[in-house]
Amino acid sequence: MLSQPERVPIGRQREGSPWTGLWAVVAKEMADHLTSVRMLILEVLIVLTASGTVYAATQSLRAGAGGSFLFLNLFITAREPLPAFVGFLGLLVPLIGIALAFDAINGEFNQRTISKILAQPIYRDALLFGKFLAGLGALALTLSAIWLLIIGLGLLQLGVPPDGEEVVRILWFLLVTIFYGGIWLALAMLFSIVFRQPATAALASIAVWLFFTAFWGIIAGLLAQLLRPAPPGDALALIEQVQLELALARISPNTLYAEVALATLNPAVRALGLILPIQLHGAVPGSPLPAAQSLLLTWPHATGLIAATILLFALGYVLFQRQEIRA
Amino acid sequence: MDDIVVECRELTRRYGDFVAVDSLNLTVRKGEIFGLLGPNGAGKTTTILMLLGLTEPTSGSVRVLGLDPTRQPLSIKARVGYLPDQVGFYDGLTARENLIYIAKLNGIRGREMQERIRESLEQVGLSDVADRQVRTFSRGMRQRLGVAEVLLKRPQLIVMDEPTLALDPEAVREFLELIRRLKSDGITIMLSSHLLHQVQAVCDRVGLFYKGRMVLEGTVRDLAQRVLGGAYRIHLEAEGGPAVEDALHRLPDVTYVARDGAQTYHIEARSDLRADVARCVIEAGGKVLALSADIPRLDEIYARYFQKKEVAYAVAA
Repeated sequence: MLSQPERVPIGRQREGSPWTGLWAVVAKEMADHLTSVRMLILEVLIVLTASGTVYAATQSLRAGAGGSFLFLNLFITAREPLPAFVGFLGLLVPLIGIALAFDAINGEFNQRTISKILAQPIYRDALLFGKFLAGLGALALTLSAIWLLIIGLGLLQLGVPPDGEEVVRILWFLLVTIFYGGIWLALAMLFSIVFRQPATAALASIAVWLFFTAFWGIIAGLLAQLLRPAPPGDALALIEQVQLELALARISPNTLYAEVALATLNPAVRALGLILPIQLHGAVPGSPLPAAQSLLLTWPHATGLIAATILLFALGYVLFQRQEIRA
Repeated sequence: MDDIVVECRELTRRYGDFVAVDSLNLTVRKGEIFGLLGPNGAGKTTTILMLLGLTEPTSGSVRVLGLDPTRQPLSIKARVGYLPDQVGFYDGLTARENLIYIAKLNGIRGREMQERIRESLEQVGLSDVADRQVRTFSRGMRQRLGVAEVLLKRPQLIVMDEPTLALDPEAVREFLELIRRLKSDGITIMLSSHLLHQVQAVCDRVGLFYKGRMVLEGTVRDLAQRVLGGAYRIHLEAEGGPAVEDALHRLPDVTYVARDGAQTYHIEARSDLRADVARCVIEAGGKVLALSADIPRLDEIYARYFQKKEVAYAVAA
């Protein structure tokens, strides 16, 4: 499996561009996604949740709840028994990401198409990146459609247009949501390279998602208590412990995404994490932050989400390049 | 030297301790049909993958159409068609849609693409079912669709891995016919198979693979000469007893005579001796009942070769 360094004379690159054929792959994969039953089911699911939760939210808002930023409230207003739409997003977006990619590469092996495709004048780079782009494109398309649907529903039900501030926040949230999906897409694609069975890849992806959703919070708390024990009465140690717990919790993309949703959609949020009363000195409680400041607040989170997506993709890329093609 | 299409020199591929291909030397010339023959796991597929740059050689060199597969894979893959072992398709798409994808990956577009797709479907006789989903296709049709995909890029060399495996006899016959047509269009063809008798009919030259080495190479007739000791095998039924047998032994160019029952003889000779055999029987006072020549079968060459090998190993051990 290892390449032989002495056989690769310096300065002799492989010919041609790694992106040859990329758009052919993207177009074909995108067409597959958009016509697949799998995608249709997910779209129906997400449209139903979006219209249900947002309609419920508009009912609450018309009844006088919420203040300014009506459109942002569409996303975050919950009405019993339904949670808010952002709550559903945290659940549905990973599901879509995983569904789009868990059989990306092993599917080609199982259909016995891989050797034929790689015998065409393209590099493996184009196949893998094309599949990733197509997945991300399908995800972006679906989410954008949902976003427009929500805004449309809001316009009809509330009768006021969103202001510029809200539009910026909504678009930023859309972008972050796409990359949150991108992480799960890249993860599922990585597993589709590692595991020969699509079902195994899907289960492994869901296991990781479940781990971060259900267990990581608990583990982060336990780890923080272990590593930074805080004796009763020691406020400084307690602060350290809480900060460590937060840092650990932020390893989970779910935490990052939840914090972005909170800070972007609720302008009154001025900081994420622990704030001491002394730090709030001079602040007017409840007054909204300008959009640019909220963006700045969530910038590290967005960077983290994008970086994780790229890292996972890169790992998959390395594994795929070294994979033997014979089925 | 321009007509050399494939050239391997001391080509070796190891997977850990396992040597899949061992110091392979191979030359295929333009317009030839070359058969890579041998049992499963003898290194045929690995050799093919190295020709296409899909697997890197551990050592040695390969040139395909004068190009290096590890450094210039795109140029090679644009000129060489590869039909993998049990080729797969996107079952949910139609034959035409499958072809469109392959054409686009080859950078063929627009009117040119439509024209080439029509042409290659016609060549393999699938024009009528072009817009049917591939999942409804029989194995024979899938195999021909595979060839259509290969023809799209108008290749100079086609490499086929076990193309007749899992086809019924009629489909095999049609497929071999198709291969002959491609050869007459001037395309060089390499095919691998372990079904020796099927490919014997179409191959100009064959190489026999065994445990990663190409142990024999040449035309079927050459191999028969080398392994069986006589290229011509004559089947004789004659009355006359030992006198006839003695006379047959004395014929020049006869290498082997065996009597099977009272009247049946198997004769191996270096040239076609049927007339001499008939005369010899009559001169010895016998009566010819039947006389025919057998074309040596690759299976037999192969089996005989490994019999000898195994005996040699046994002796050495």
